Amino acid sequence: MEKKVFERTKGLTEILMRYCPGCGHGVVHRLVGEVMEELGITNRTIGIAPVGCSVFADEYFNCDMIQPAHGRGPAVATGIKRVRPDCIVFSYQGDGDLASIGMAETIHAAARGERITIIFVNNAIYGMTGGQMAPTTLLGMKSTTTPFGRDPRVAGYPIKVCELLATLEAPAYLARVSVHKPANVLKAKKAIKKAFQVQMNDQGFSLVEILSQCPTDWFVTPLQGIDFVEKMMIPFFPLGEYKTIEGKKETVKPEPKKVLETV
Amino acid sequence: MPRIEVDTIRCKGCELCVVACPYKVIGMSKKFASTGYYPAVMVKPEKCTGCTLCALVCPDVAIEVYK
Ligand SMILES: Cc1ncc(C[n+]2csc(CCOP(=O)(O)OP(=O)(O)O)c2C)c(N)n1
Ligand code: SF4
Ligand code: SF4
Ligand code: SF4
Repeated sequence: MEKKVFERTKGLTEILMRYCPGCGHGVVHRLVGEVMEELGITNRTIGIAPVGCSVFADEYFNCDMIQPAHGRGPAVATGIKRVRPDCIVFSYQGDGDLASIGMAETIHAAARGERITIIFVNNAIYGMTGGQMAPTTLLGMKSTTTPFGRDPRVAGYPIKVCELLATLEAPAYLARVSVHKPANVLKAKKAIKKAFQVQMNDQGFSLVEILSQCPTDWFVTPLQGIDFVEKMMIPFFPLGEYKTIEGKKETVKPEPKKVLETV
Repeated sequence: MPRIEVDTIRCKGCELCVVACPYKVIGMSKKFASTGYYPAVMVKPEKCTGCTLCALVCPDVAIEVYK
């Protein structure tokens, strides 16, 4: 008897995704959908769609969704989670959204150890607005605002978000993965599942950074796009887990101290 | 016989499944679909093992695998 061994997850709706051919967003959506379905949390999950190409994510995910202002995902997620701690809350964000306009929200939500999950899609460019430089654009990489390649003397250096957040005490799970090859897709799914489980177990803040292809604004074909992730992005943004719950110290409520007593 | 089914409404002809398949089962259709894209098709159906690697990388969740 013939069996279906791979089918569309119920974590996604049937609506056609409007991403460009070969765009990594679609794979990440599917993984989040599959994880929600496998953990049985779709009906108590609230997702937050960013401003960016995935602004329509509210139509694609089969859970409740909300769409706040650019970069404010972690702040809105904080509010929802604190009012509805029984819900699973995730914020889906691009690199312009998360690491540029929304960097303050990201760092403070992480430092507070909010019990939320962030799905961070790093495609090293502003996709939706036509390929301007992002905080994650690689050195030498051409974009519409760095037409001669990113020059660190003018435009500074790319930000490594996982490494940056790993310096904070509170985050419980931080990992960087990619979705350019089947084996990487499987690892990405594992990391996303772990991140959601950390939230379900009330263990703290979790974030998964996914290196993703944007062939359109890199001005390459989809196949050259996966090559770029492999040859250019991964060497600069090393894959792996940057923080896990095993390495995390127990949080204890400190005794109130007067300033004078501490000096 | 293991096989894949490509949803020609979802497929955008990116060819990521073509390079993901270890047995070169998939090629691109010479005829474009109603979407205007050339969709993926099985060119060596007898070689398919139902491993699902093609479906794992498909950004448009256009592939279903049967075994
Ligand atoms: C307050 C505000 N500033 C600027 C914009 C314009 N804008 C829309 S999307 C975007 C960047 C999107 O890039 P990214 O977050 O990397 O997502 P991608 O499109 O690459 O997935 C910007 C700057 C906006 N919509 N709102
Ligand atoms: S512009 Fe880039 S990120 Fe946006 S949909 Fe197209 S490929 Fe994806
Ligand atoms: S299921 Fe495996 S063998 Fe069959 S087409 Fe897909 S990748 Fe190739
Ligand atoms: S990966 Fe998906 S969208 Fe791309 S050609 Fe194959 S079936 Fe079509």
